[in-house]
Amino acid sequence: MTAGSIAARGLVRLPVWRARIVLVGLIAAFGGLTVRAVYLQALRTDFLQEKGDARYSRVLEVPATRGRITDRHGEALAVSTPVKSIWAIPSDVRLKPAQAKTLARLLGMTARELHRKLAEPERDFVYLKRQLAPETSEAIARLGLPGIYEQREYRRYYPAGEVTAHLLGFTDVEDVGQEGLELAYEQSLGGRRGSRRVLKDRLGHVVEDVQSIRAAQDGTDLTLSIDSKIQSLAFAALKSAVERHRAKAGALVALDVQTGEVLALANVPSYNPNNRARLSGAELRNRVITDLFEPGSTLKPFTIALALESGKVTPQTMVATDPGRMTLAHYTIRDVHPAAALSVTQVLQKSSNVGAAKLALAMPREALWDLYDRLGFGRVPQLGFPGAAAGRLRPYRSWRPIEQATMAYGHGISVSLMQLARAYMVFATDGELVPLTLVKSEPVAHGERIISVDTARAVRAMLESAVQPGGTGPRARIVGWRVAGKTGTAHKQENGGYAADKYIASFVGLAPVSAPRVIIAVMIDEPVGDYYGGSVAAPVFAELMQATLRLLGVPHDAPLEPLEPPSSDASREST
Amino acid sequence: MAKLNLLLLAVLVACALGLVTSQHKARKLFSALEREHDHGRELDIEYGRLQLEASTWGQHSRVARIAAGTLGLRVPDARRVRLLGRDDAQ
Repeated sequence: MTAGSIAARGLVRLPVWRARIVLVGLIAAFGGLTVRAVYLQALRTDFLQEKGDARYSRVLEVPATRGRITDRHGEALAVSTPVKSIWAIPSDVRLKPAQAKTLARLLGMTARELHRKLAEPERDFVYLKRQLAPETSEAIARLGLPGIYEQREYRRYYPAGEVTAHLLGFTDVEDVGQEGLELAYEQSLGGRRGSRRVLKDRLGHVVEDVQSIRAAQDGTDLTLSIDSKIQSLAFAALKSAVERHRAKAGALVALDVQTGEVLALANVPSYNPNNRARLSGAELRNRVITDLFEPGSTLKPFTIALALESGKVTPQTMVATDPGRMTLAHYTIRDVHPAAALSVTQVLQKSSNVGAAKLALAMPREALWDLYDRLGFGRVPQLGFPGAAAGRLRPYRSWRPIEQATMAYGHGISVSLMQLARAYMVFATDGELVPLTLVKSEPVAHGERIISVDTARAVRAMLESAVQPGGTGPRARIVGWRVAGKTGTAHKQENGGYAADKYIASFVGLAPVSAPRVIIAVMIDEPVGDYYGGSVAAPVFAELMQATLRLLGVPHDAPLEPLEPPSSDASREST
Repeated sequence: MAKLNLLLLAVLVACALGLVTSQHKARKLFSALEREHDHGRELDIEYGRLQLEASTWGQHSRVARIAAGTLGLRVPDARRVRLLGRDDAQ
């Protein structure tokens, strides 16, 4: 302590250079630290930041759910719900024989199949089974097998199954729309997956949201114009008719006259969209919208409407149809019920081809083409449905007289059932055409005027007479409401000509006549045995129309009395 | 001067502790929020499943089958229906 006390007293002066060395040493050390700090903070910051982030920062996928599809009353028609997919890293899998057996059973495959899937060690990702039911995937998770993992996916379910199959279409394994409305509304239904950067703690909990890279957007729900009850009845009625007549196929569409909404759209044969293991092209086709056919007599009302519009005839004007056939350039047009002369009303009621042809030939061909064009024939309907057919309406300059005559009763022109049903709207709305929609919507104030109010009402009255006992479609009548409509029995086109023994039976009608609310069009493809529109398609119309009007609560406009049975011969017609 | 420094030091320490506490609280709240979000998503999924179930059980064809088969219901004959006007109903 002697030296210390001496120094404290300032008696000993230490050499200055020693303090300097310490000072320089300290400055050098600080300088080194500063340089290092600048190097780390300014020059290597990205690298270090990355290393730091890698320890606690994660980018998470934010899933977006696909929108639901419901009917007009909110009944679910298509819902996506999460399911688990099981995948494996083959090189990590160690299975005891008993475990392999249990796993194979849970996956619904044989042990050999499972081994084959796992026998590719060079692959490091193999789906064992996609989209399992939640119970099964839980059971697999409980086994706790190494190298076997699960992944959450969405799967779409269609509770109504085959009833709405063609309308809704379906989605693929990634839940992306492939057919029907699922495809048409993919943009809005699909939603958008998002991602965000978060901080996670040691236990894997998200503790902080750093940044939202892309906001997830769930798909919007879609409310259709379809009424699931009417849809279900329509499918059942159509299916039983197709089976009863051993027909190849059938199609049906029901429209709301006031809003242009499609209330039901059914196709037979159908398929189960929940299990699409074995699908054929015939089952997938939406015949209402994508199939074309020559409509036959169901087009006659438009010819007659045009004749009335021209002012040359009235419903009472007599048309000479003797002797029930007419020859034009080597082609003979025939009537099933030959008569010497028929009034314009009777031409429609008896479905006279000769009468319709004569009326058509009395008018310029431009006029007929113009009417068909404005009715939407030959143009793709604005439905937003994938694969909608335009139909075929040739330019009138290429028409020969025989074609103008056959066009009057629906041959030489092809339309889809949807176009045909929509065209009948002019008779239901007093001459206006309302745009169709598959999405729930409000009544349209005004459509596009096609024919005058008087003509529309006159043709509607004629259409009502066509379903009376003297007409071709008495089996379309129902108890309690007045109906109007037209039958069609057309030879099928085959290899450029007409098949002698293959027919398409159809019926298009509306009800109630006093204030039309619903249009229903039915088409049955190749019925065996009885093939007339009046006996094959009209009963389907009647069954569905009765149920639809009751479901919609439409007031009666006819007495509730049983109908007198029609004669068996009445429904015969040749187009 | 030294007093002021001490005071500032105390304030600094208090602030630092406050920051740590609030950060901790924020994280706790955030994880609670996350849990609620997850819960909400689960409820939505369950709602979808229930909708599916309701729709499956309520299929018109099934209701019609039970009504006609098990319960023996049918649409009455036209002769047995009488319509009431609005005035009759009151």
